Amino acid sequence: MCLAIPGKVQKLDEANSSPRMAEVNFDGVVKQVCTDFIPDLKIGEYVMVHVGYALNRVDEKEALNQLKAISEAEEIIRKNMK
Amino acid sequence: MKFLDEFRDAEKVKILVDQIHSLDPPPINIMEVCGSQTHTILRYNLEELLPKNINLIHGPGCPVCVTPIEIIDKAIYLSQNEDVIFTSYGDMLRIPGSQSSLLEAKASGTDIRIIYSPLDAIRLAQENPHNKVIFLAIGFETTAPANSSAIIIAQQSLLNNFFVLCSHVLIPPAVEALLSSELIKLNGLLAPGHVCTVTGTSWCEDISDKYKIPISVTGFEPVDILEGILITAKQIISDEHHTSNQYKRVVTRNGNITAQKIINKVFGICDRNWRGLGEIKNSGLKLRDEFSNLDAEKVFELNSIKHHEDERCIAGEILQGLKKPFDCKIFGNECTPTNPVGAPMVASEGACAAYYNYQAI
Repeated sequence: MCLAIPGKVQKLDEANSSPRMAEVNFDGVVKQVCTDFIPDLKIGEYVMVHVGYALNRVDEKEALNQLKAISEAEEIIRKNMK
Repeated sequence: MKFLDEFRDAEKVKILVDQIHSLDPPPINIMEVCGSQTHTILRYNLEELLPKNINLIHGPGCPVCVTPIEIIDKAIYLSQNEDVIFTSYGDMLRIPGSQSSLLEAKASGTDIRIIYSPLDAIRLAQENPHNKVIFLAIGFETTAPANSSAIIIAQQSLLNNFFVLCSHVLIPPAVEALLSSELIKLNGLLAPGHVCTVTGTSWCEDISDKYKIPISVTGFEPVDILEGILITAKQIISDEHHTSNQYKRVVTRNGNITAQKIINKVFGICDRNWRGLGEIKNSGLKLRDEFSNLDAEKVFELNSIKHHEDERCIAGEILQGLKKPFDCKIFGNECTPTNPVGAPMVASEGACAAYYNYQAI
């Protein structure tokens, strides 16, 4: 039920539209999504979408940091094994 | 798919599994609160990869499973009115009521429509002015903002044929009820990432402090779950108990304040009956009086509907982590996804359905 899927905002209604809808691309599948919970959303950003609403942005920097930290942990483990 | 594939990567899964094994943990119980996390754990067989001492306990975080049977019965009753178009998220349709499910009611001729978004229900009401469109509003804090927004849109556009049967539940009181019950010893929690996307993480910090328990706010992909377990197990071993945010790419400390405001505008707090668990104080959301003209429980006569649970089902104990689906006598024989007796066998994130679909019997 709490499933949310990341998608890229490719088109966005004017800022004063209500509800403010966006075209969100989920790896080729495009859906209309309501963006009222993220008033300062911009085209090109990624959002987590749940029941047709964008719940929050996906922070690309945090995602990259997380993946980098995991890879670095592997390097440390390897060095310790040598 | 970006932000999904990287978090299902086998190499990264292996690194995290190695790190967890290197902790050499004592016997510990970690509960993943959310049913979608349970689904990932079973789907990717993550339990098999973990040290034997780490026991994952599946929590109550499946709103479909905990929606009380009387709501299903009321939904079916409402759908039987000739001028009603009853709308629901697809997850709810096969959940057993006292006599039948919404899907069986639909097969017998009632007009029940599966919707993807509450905005679909609004559109149906606009397109069918001579019908009453009733929307079954369920879910945790993740779904409450969308449902609230649709309710505001309905009222602002003066729709007089849109109604809501509401059975929203809240995660923090349920987690507290589990931790206070002392029926099961939990050493750590994986908090539900998408609930926290809306609520933020301060309620987790409060629970960590109050119950001296480490919590990792955790995402839903295999890398997320394993990293959440690693963070939590490290804290348990070093006897620490604070809240960490594993799911920083989506969850911020304050959550989505715009979404929180919309929930508070539409809903107030109430006591709520959880299927299998009983009533939990302050664990539900009800429509505020300003929206009572949309409240199906007030507009339609629903009080006389009787309900009864199938006594063979042990869903309550499974949802509290006291038993696993295999402990149920009817699991996999009398109760299967095609012929469900209890709600957790139907819901996509129900523990029984996950065990049935992904574990060898």
